[in-house]
Amino acid sequence: MIPVAFPIGLAIILFCMGIVGFIVRKNAIVIFMSLELMFNAANLLFITFANQFQQVDGHVFVIFVMVTAAAEVAVGLAMIVTIFRGKHSVDIDQLTNLKG
Amino acid sequence: MTINMLIFLFLAVVAIAAAVGLILSRNPVYSALYLIVNFLAVGVFYLVLGAPFIALAQITVYAGAIMVLFLFVIMLLGAAKPNEIETLKWQRPLAIVLTAAILLEGLYALITRISITVTTTTPDAALADPKTLAQLLYYKYSLPFEITSLILLIAAIGAVVLTKKPAKEEAK
Repeated sequence: MIPVAFPIGLAIILFCMGIVGFIVRKNAIVIFMSLELMFNAANLLFITFANQFQQVDGHVFVIFVMVTAAAEVAVGLAMIVTIFRGKHSVDIDQLTNLKG
Repeated sequence: MTINMLIFLFLAVVAIAAAVGLILSRNPVYSALYLIVNFLAVGVFYLVLGAPFIALAQITVYAGAIMVLFLFVIMLLGAAKPNEIETLKWQRPLAIVLTAAILLEGLYALITRISITVTTTTPDAALADPKTLAQLLYYKYSLPFEITSLILLIAAIGAVVLTKKPAKEEAK
């Protein structure tokens, strides 16, 4: 059996990489993928603690997170497609309509 | 160094390498494929931690359905526009510095609060089988379950409404 600290550390590292990808990349689709990476790190924590405390509640919450992520991806990608129709680009630096 | 330890280290290296590939690759298709590798590595890790149902749900829902949706949209919009010109010069270094700060903070909290002697437990097959999970989901968490169905319905309607062309264009 492995120390609990290891999977938690892995989750922290994956979450931080998700943050870096979210801020640094300019492609809206890759930004959404970084978001999925962060969801995944959170799920890993849920499963780790469910294992440590022998409670299945964590698994149920992972299911809820997955459902929310699926809904979020469906709406987000629909928004990207709509933006692409008007701008012909998924570069978030091009989205300057709200700039005063 | 037990066999579990070796499995964990291998999966951790795969997951982190895939995450690095996701951030660094210029082509969004490669990013999506790296993300699938990451999901698979974490899915196997769920198996090690005694969550077989969640592991398979991870592979079918995430690596399967959601990533197909991503790849479909990438193909639809035409992949690879390597137009990563920096408009805010200070943004990238600042992002890396701040994230490194969060990372160090998290690892510090981890090292000081969770003892290395606390280990994961041996997976109990009866604990996380689909029957137990379903009982918990449909009795204790029945209200959140109903709310998620509403979220899915709204997301489906929202996606259809968002991608629908305006009535004027349809008439042409």
